[in-house]
Amino acid sequence: MAYELVIGLETHVELNTESKIFCSCGGHSSPKEPNDCVCPACSGMPGMLPVMNKRVVELAATAGLMLNCEINRYTTFDKKNYYYPDLPCAYQITQLNHPICVNGLVKVKTAQGERDIRIKQIHMEEDAGKLVHGGNSSFVDFNRTSVPLIEIVTQPDFRSPEEVVTYLGKLKSMFKSTGISECEEGAMRCDVNISVREEGTEEFGVRTEIKNMASFEAIDRAIRYEAQRHMDALEFGTEELVQETRRFDDVTGKTSAMRNKETEADYRYFPDPNLMPIVIDDEWLEEIKKNKPVALDEKAEQYMAAGISDKEIAQLLSEHSAAKLLDDVVALGCNAKDAAAWILTDCAGILRKAGLKLKDLSITAEGLSYLIKMVQSGKLNRGGAKKTLIAVIEDGADPIRYCEENGLTVKVDDSMIEAVIDKAISANPQAVQDYKSGKEKALMAIFGACMKELKGKGDPQSIRATLLSKLKD
Amino acid sequence: MKYYAEIINEKGTVAVDDTILVKDTVSSAGSHILEGYKPLFSAEAVERLQQKGFDIKGKTHVGEFSLDLVGEFSYYNEYDENESLKGAAAQLVKSGDVKYALGVDMNGSTRRAAALSGVNFLKPTYGTVSRYGIISCAASGEQLGVYANDADSISEIMSVIAGNDKKDGTSLLDTSYTYDTDLDLKGAKVGIVKELLDKACDSVKSEILAYTLSLKAKGVIVEEVSLDFFDTVNTAWQILMCAETCNNVSRYDGVKYGHRSENYRNIDELYVNSRSEGFNFLTKTTILYGSDVLSKTRYADCYDKALRIRRVVAEKMAELFESYDALITPVCSKNEYKAYDIKDAFTKVYEESVFTAIANLIGIPALASSNVQLLGKHFSESTLLSLSKMGERKGE
Repeated sequence: MAYELVIGLETHVELNTESKIFCSCGGHSSPKEPNDCVCPACSGMPGMLPVMNKRVVELAATAGLMLNCEINRYTTFDKKNYYYPDLPCAYQITQLNHPICVNGLVKVKTAQGERDIRIKQIHMEEDAGKLVHGGNSSFVDFNRTSVPLIEIVTQPDFRSPEEVVTYLGKLKSMFKSTGISECEEGAMRCDVNISVREEGTEEFGVRTEIKNMASFEAIDRAIRYEAQRHMDALEFGTEELVQETRRFDDVTGKTSAMRNKETEADYRYFPDPNLMPIVIDDEWLEEIKKNKPVALDEKAEQYMAAGISDKEIAQLLSEHSAAKLLDDVVALGCNAKDAAAWILTDCAGILRKAGLKLKDLSITAEGLSYLIKMVQSGKLNRGGAKKTLIAVIEDGADPIRYCEENGLTVKVDDSMIEAVIDKAISANPQAVQDYKSGKEKALMAIFGACMKELKGKGDPQSIRATLLSKLKD
Repeated sequence: MKYYAEIINEKGTVAVDDTILVKDTVSSAGSHILEGYKPLFSAEAVERLQQKGFDIKGKTHVGEFSLDLVGEFSYYNEYDENESLKGAAAQLVKSGDVKYALGVDMNGSTRRAAALSGVNFLKPTYGTVSRYGIISCAASGEQLGVYANDADSISEIMSVIAGNDKKDGTSLLDTSYTYDTDLDLKGAKVGIVKELLDKACDSVKSEILAYTLSLKAKGVIVEEVSLDFFDTVNTAWQILMCAETCNNVSRYDGVKYGHRSENYRNIDELYVNSRSEGFNFLTKTTILYGSDVLSKTRYADCYDKALRIRRVVAEKMAELFESYDALITPVCSKNEYKAYDIKDAFTKVYEESVFTAIANLIGIPALASSNVQLLGKHFSESTLLSLSKMGERKGE
């Protein structure tokens, strides 16, 4: 018999904010040690009250806009009660009744064709902490507690593991390229709802949920295993399927039951009286729309039109900060293609030598556009610009000051350059003779003499051009 | 009974309930589960008072999480068998040991303590005083308020502690409020709620009537008004209060601070034993009721209905306050209570809360002035304080 897979996803994505969702703790994306980014509020001490981080609302709404959702203008928080040591208040603040985004749509393209995946809702919530087990004891680390998450819930619209993985890849690159989430290891976690039915039937089969998977590969394997288990049960009666929550074991490649419906916890949800309903008025929504970063597809087209190579586009889209720097530098009047080369070739090369990554690039758009413009106008040569970039990247120098203090910018006037060229020509009669008789290499000796005299100042290209025209005379 | 849980500064003029945090001073909300808990920060109200030069004299005993009548069920304090119940902070104000005291009105215990001790307690409009730094139980209706012997003293403290606090998401945006005690209320109209007056004993009734006579003598119009919904109001608030308390005290699990049972083999036993040992019978009852009204099968009939009642009552009362400047009710049914068994506490408090619950349910201000309770619309504290002052006997 032919079977059809029916899959719905709940995807948790950690939002890229400076502070946590209900307190001002920061630095949680790169804590130095356990319980490093913790305050009385996110560790559940009495007397502390949650205060909404507005940025979370904006990022969640932006994610919703990218997934073609409607934004609910009235959105509220609820408390979900359960006991676990990594949950300091014994409740999680989440959204049940009035989530921030509803009714979205994502197109997913695989070898089998394109399918519309409907987004049921996106809601905001806080993350839990982490337990570390060692010896006879368990330790609690609250660094992750109250880190903002969005949970994106789809309708049961997927029909294959390929579609699921493609969809997740699309979310990941979309959120990463726009800075909504860093999407680092573990910052995107998935619950997969899966059932199997006879092809051509409308009714859904028995649904199981596989909880908390972080890697695409594990999700793919888990779906394949679980689908086969369902089909075996339907085809051969190997077991009776029950609605239950399961976990996937990465080592054995199998799923096993965690709890079934009868023993499922009653989370006793209720509206959180400490958080007033959030009203997103027209003005705020317009602002969110205005600030919405261009989504991946649009961005790629935009870069392509500017003549940036495919390889460079791929690099830019996978590193939001580089794309942002490029956009800002272009906004300051630089040519996009040149600027992309500066960032992805020159800067990236220096970063690599220093053992750093593209996202560590610390130069400001103003600083980089200054260097690019100075080089273009001949007031700074490429060598000087490179030297400056090294100082910026390795020592955090200010580009403008560095150039000035080290005398890299050309302060000599054209007549002085001409004088230097004339002097070099008259000082190297043999080389001039050789060049004129066709030995092009001889030019380098004269040119080198000019540059030596100028001590690296001046634009080499224009010096070369002047030299050539003088030699023609 | 004892009054102070801890003395901080003998020269201080303000006593603070043990449900309100004072930095580095043990704050246990009268509960074994929070034994030895020393907060890292003070409540916003305490902070504001200290900045204006008020010194805190000490922390006063409260009943566990302020769930009882007036503070009779504290883990750290006991009433003698035949002692009348009075409330620690209210007694300290009455005796003149301190001029003012701060308390948290969550289910009327502070107002009842004021009534039984013969002092005043103002539960202000919800959202006007920051709840930052109070050991929260019923977040949607609790408010920090002030005990004092007269209206002027309450006004003095309120002017310091009220106003927006960014650390409390429910704090209203106004940065300051005024608390007049000398409004000209000649011709103002006050209603005595018949159904609540009927629930009070004769001595409470006569005290209320004596007060209304003094108002009439000063030109205030006093009328009887019939309102039949106070039992429903009370039930609605008890549902919300139990649910929110159940949720808020769930963080006291023995893992992070406070009492941890010595007897456990795994995390479930650590939770169950710490909490079984740490909470008293009244708190446990409240947790069970709260858990029940939030459960999947009961939510729509209980919790959700209580929220709807809250909205309807708020509308009805707003309408009523278009015709009346204030309402007068008793604070409790009797003017004396003796110590009793904790197993009876939940019902006893429930019965007495019929007078106090409305102010918590819909966030209106309530001023208990001995056995008289004045209720007004939101932000009508000046009217209530002025009405109360009109009944104060000078030179007493």
